[in-house]
Amino acid sequence: MRAVVVEFPGSNCEDDVVYALESLAFEVKRWWHKDEFTLENGDLVVLPGGFSYGDYLRCGAMAALSPAMETVKEFANGGGLVLGICNGFQILCEAGLLPGVLIRNATRRFVCKDVELFVENVETPWTSLMDQKREVLVPVAHGDGQYWADEATLDRLEANGQVAFRYAGLNPNGAARSIAGITNERGNVLGMMPHPERATTLRSGDGQLLFESIRRFATES
Amino acid sequence: MKARVRVFLKPSVFDPQGSTVASALQRVGFEEVQSVRIGKSIDLELEGSDRDAAKTRIASMCEKLLANPVIESYSIELLGEA
Repeated sequence: MRAVVVEFPGSNCEDDVVYALESLAFEVKRWWHKDEFTLENGDLVVLPGGFSYGDYLRCGAMAALSPAMETVKEFANGGGLVLGICNGFQILCEAGLLPGVLIRNATRRFVCKDVELFVENVETPWTSLMDQKREVLVPVAHGDGQYWADEATLDRLEANGQVAFRYAGLNPNGAARSIAGITNERGNVLGMMPHPERATTLRSGDGQLLFESIRRFATES
Repeated sequence: MKARVRVFLKPSVFDPQGSTVASALQRVGFEEVQSVRIGKSIDLELEGSDRDAAKTRIASMCEKLLANPVIESYSIELLGEA
């Protein structure tokens, strides 16, 4: 399965994503955001973490307007698989591919630690292999990870099963309803603040379950 | 043509930066401070002199980039002579 990792100026987690995916036998391509790139059916597009455009104005605001994101939006609207990790999640929200927004952590502190996530929905393409485990341990590292949306949107996310992950223990950033990751309605786009690529060959290894789940989904569809 | 855009959090959004600053002000003797909310001021310089056209374009800039409508509102002020 091919994974395409998009790089914006200021992205800094792309190497970790590439390493994790290659160690799991994905074919990986890097895509510098200004380049033309043709996505193929069955690709996994990953928007990695970091500080694209220095987090200037708002996190992910300017990356969301990159020409690469026009291509990613078309791809997502056609059902293509898109994963946004940390800054990638922020970019997906700014680009309108996911509802809501990520704002400054409620404590105003950068949080960097392993967190337990409750896997809310094991019927997404991203979490199907977590059905036996239900709680996974994945590191977070962010200053602006507080998920925020109005009550109507939050209710809708819950009702539609779009909440993929919730912080199981202490909420590290004040996120509404302890939301750590959500999908779009169709389920082909996932945004999450924790870093699954940092828990594949390292730490709990639980991040591997996410990438194996998506590979299973792609090969079975 | 110069314009000043103010971007501010919608009232329903908690502002931890503002409340931290309020605490700091209270701590250094300004106990009368009840609330602080912090926004952004963005100064723009544009070609052209059509004020109505500028306002419309700046509103589009706000919708597209300068403000996030999920959590922010904005105001536009054209500077200089009417």
